[in-house]
Amino acid sequence: MKKKTTMTVTDIRYLAEGICSMTLRYPEGEAPEEVKPGQFAGLYPNDADKLLPRPISICRWDPEKKELRFVFRVAGAGTASLAAQKAGDTVDMLGVLGNGYNTGRLAGKKVLLLGGGIGVPPMLELAAALSKEPGTEVTAVMGYRDSDMFLTEELGKYARLLVATEDGSAGTKGNVLDAVREHGVKAQAVCACGPMPMLRAVKRYAMEEEIPAYLSLEERMACGVGACLGCVTKTAKVDGHSHVRNARICTEGPVFGAEEVEIG
Amino acid sequence: MSEKEQAARAAAGTGQSGKSESGRPDMSVTIAGVTLKNPVMTASGTFGSGMEYSEFVDLNRLGAVVTKGVANVPWEGNPTPRVAEVYGGMLNAIGLQNPGIDVFIERDLAFLSQFDTKVIVNVCGHTEEEYLEVVERLWDQPADMLEINVSCPNVKQGAIQFGQDPKCLEDITAKIRRIAKQPVIMKLTPNVTDIAEMARAAEAGGADAVSLINTITGMKIDIEKRQFVLANKTGGLSGPAIRPVAVRMVWQAAQAVKIPIIGMGGIASAEDAVEFMLAGASAVAVGAMNFHDPYLTEKVIDGMEKYLVRHSIGAARELTGAVR
Repeated sequence: MKKKTTMTVTDIRYLAEGICSMTLRYPEGEAPEEVKPGQFAGLYPNDADKLLPRPISICRWDPEKKELRFVFRVAGAGTASLAAQKAGDTVDMLGVLGNGYNTGRLAGKKVLLLGGGIGVPPMLELAAALSKEPGTEVTAVMGYRDSDMFLTEELGKYARLLVATEDGSAGTKGNVLDAVREHGVKAQAVCACGPMPMLRAVKRYAMEEEIPAYLSLEERMACGVGACLGCVTKTAKVDGHSHVRNARICTEGPVFGAEEVEIG
Repeated sequence: MSEKEQAARAAAGTGQSGKSESGRPDMSVTIAGVTLKNPVMTASGTFGSGMEYSEFVDLNRLGAVVTKGVANVPWEGNPTPRVAEVYGGMLNAIGLQNPGIDVFIERDLAFLSQFDTKVIVNVCGHTEEEYLEVVERLWDQPADMLEINVSCPNVKQGAIQFGQDPKCLEDITAKIRRIAKQPVIMKLTPNVTDIAEMARAAEAGGADAVSLINTITGMKIDIEKRQFVLANKTGGLSGPAIRPVAVRMVWQAAQAVKIPIIGMGGIASAEDAVEFMLAGASAVAVGAMNFHDPYLTEKVIDGMEKYLVRHSIGAARELTGAVR
């Protein structure tokens, strides 16, 4: 059940330059029964001139405390306004949205998680979920600009962690696939979230390795619930809902099988 | 225009009380012989076919659901990015992506017909023949009215041209009116010099009503990347930023024509909806602000009723054109 809820900020802090972590608690009785890794929510800036919710992926879900944690990059005035909130403030949230990862399909396998930049945060919830699946071996390879990294310690609790940095100041110099190759990581499935050039490279990598890849896509969104058709991705086949070769990232996605989408 | 419509419109200006037996104001309005339980609709393209928002809103409460534009065949729409936020509003260039009339009838109309609300089907096309084909396919379908989108700014060839030239508008209105089985609402674009002239052209062509405004053509440039934010370069501006323009155009159109007007453009509250009614609208539509608040349509209905009570007005239709 999707709804717009007024959440309370319980924790907010910067993890790295321009990277904000914000934890929001549901009011009593409002929390959803299930939150899947890879799902997202729309966070509304507390600014009257800004109308649209910001789609931000879920980094952690605490079903005991009824808290959702988001880690996002301060990219413009809307995210800056979110980052300026204090503990105890309220933030309106539309959620939870999107399909999320199908962890059942990954259980018992050697799974490679690839996160690039602000694609890292959803991989934490996914790593945590997969760590509960018996026989699942998770290797998380995270890519950052430089050694100003975030969420590495927490990822290390749930997965074998490798990092890559563009400037080589930590881990492998280069991108996440450079780190995968350097360490000779082998997997039976790959999940990725990050910038489009990285996702294209991951799609090619998975084809070469002949393993399934699940990509979390990003696009400018308006409604977040599948009504406006703003956030579509090109699909390989005619989509069941749209009846054209476009799928709604907010609803059919954001996680797609790599072969389902035409990302160039 | 039928006698019934003339009477309804005349009643609007006379302050005739329509207070119901319960003492609550009469929220119903009649447009082209179709009675809506209240004047609040959804604006085409902002509410899909109601399915997505039925998780948030009780569709039975709405005056009408106006569906996203549908063409004779599926349309892919424009490349992404298709949307961008701007101060007090948003730009969109979806390009009228739609699944085509066949799927629309089987899935979307079938879904909507379960609800006790009126259904207004928005029709789009590139050519006259495409519009007429859709209108004809809807002959025996559960659609209460048709809204003809001759004003989309984001589709190349056709579409908006019909809506920017009064002669073309009158002509296509007449052709659609001749074959349509349901009342025809022509949706007008604000991207014209004289909205009154366009409203008159629609009326002359036999339109049963007009709706306005569609979006205002706009643009946003990312100054860091030095590129257009929208793949289509230009997009339609909607949201509260356009409301004063929309209110002015509704007022101008109301001075120019006798057919009912459905007013829209940045409605964010019941007060905004009342403003459109006072300017001359017989009904209103909530658009982009559904994205800000998915519960907004119901709030506008409740708030409008409270406004009527507060001002001791017996019926919502008494608001229409009350400020001259």
